[in-house]
Amino acid sequence: MGAQLRVYKRRIRSVTATKKITKAMEMISASRIMKAQRAVAASTPYATELTRAVTAVATRSNAKHPLTQEPVDATRAAVLVVTADRGLAGGYSSNAIKAALELTKRLKTEGKTVDTYVIGRKGVSYYGFRNLTVTGSWVGFSDKPTYQDAKEASAALIDAFVTDTAEGGVDELHIVSTEFVSMLTQNPVEARLLPLSLAETEANAEEQGPFPLYDFEPSAEGVLDALLPRYVESRIYNALLQSAASEHAARRRAMKSATDNAGELIKTLTRLANTARQADITQEISEIVGGASALADATAGSD
Amino acid sequence: MAELHVELVAADRKVWSGEATIVLARTKSGDIGIQPNHTPVLGAMDPQPVTIRQADGTTVVAAVHGGLLSFADNRLSILAEVAELADEIDVDRAERALASAKADSEAVAQRRAEVRLLAATGR
Repeated sequence: MGAQLRVYKRRIRSVTATKKITKAMEMISASRIMKAQRAVAASTPYATELTRAVTAVATRSNAKHPLTQEPVDATRAAVLVVTADRGLAGGYSSNAIKAALELTKRLKTEGKTVDTYVIGRKGVSYYGFRNLTVTGSWVGFSDKPTYQDAKEASAALIDAFVTDTAEGGVDELHIVSTEFVSMLTQNPVEARLLPLSLAETEANAEEQGPFPLYDFEPSAEGVLDALLPRYVESRIYNALLQSAASEHAARRRAMKSATDNAGELIKTLTRLANTARQADITQEISEIVGGASALADATAGSD
Repeated sequence: MAELHVELVAADRKVWSGEATIVLARTKSGDIGIQPNHTPVLGAMDPQPVTIRQADGTTVVAAVHGGLLSFADNRLSILAEVAELADEIDVDRAERALASAKADSEAVAQRRAEVRLLAATGR
């Protein structure tokens, strides 16, 4: 076997092994998308009911609550970015980070100081590598978030929100996550969780028709007190679930194109290897023929 | 007999839904019983078992660990981070959790175990 041919064979073997791995990852991700989508669907009833209740209290009652009040001059904002724990998911994490950085820049031009909170190892290492300050971070659950995880993150955020701005608290709470639109489309989205943006709640209210006149137990303020932390938790939980589904979809797509490319590469390399083999054979034949005719010439000459 | 529609929803799943004649729950300001055509109400709940009586006389008991109830248009939604039906509760495990919570004097964990036991055994 020629040296050239041996090199091609070796590369084909290694690309085939890579293709097997990417194919397996693609299939694992594909099965997990389904699971993640089911989790999103299972959490939807809670989120919808809660949003409806929050909207009802916020629009119906005249309760003045710090969590619903538009601050006159917000000076500090918290941004929570949801990224992946593992790579090989195409532009999934970097798109979320890009959106977060844009939001941070915009908030800064509005004269606000920004505290960044990060979920997912990829985000942590991005911010760490660039020496950007991260106020809080959580890792290890990006592909299968539980409600407990969301609770942990939101506890820290609500803590920061209720702390006085002078003592390091924040006036606004933003979240940047990835919305799962379809298997092929996932968009980074940003939303302001607190203070409740009235435009959003009013749009919801119009869709659902007028709210009944609720009696509040114990009082509108008491209900809001109990309700808003739950609301933040559920919004973050929903964002985490959507992001997990998006992560799997992004990884599936990235791995599918990696598998396709590996297949393409194997095809090209096989063609090249065939050419090299054919060249070897041709050369051998011409050497044999050349040798034979030289021998024949020599015998003819001696006659 | 008039009935109301009940949805018992936990953060990550729908626990129970169906028709009922009366639902008993405890809000921050006291016990509340909701029958069909109750006035719209929105209340924060204390950790306590919720009892749902159905028209055929059967009752569904669920351990609901805090949360919120909202009633309007004959539709009652009970939202809780954690909620379990009585027959889903592992009594032995809850008793063990209660003992360890008492030992560590963790009020939240203790209350949670107590509510579970209350819902599962009626004690």
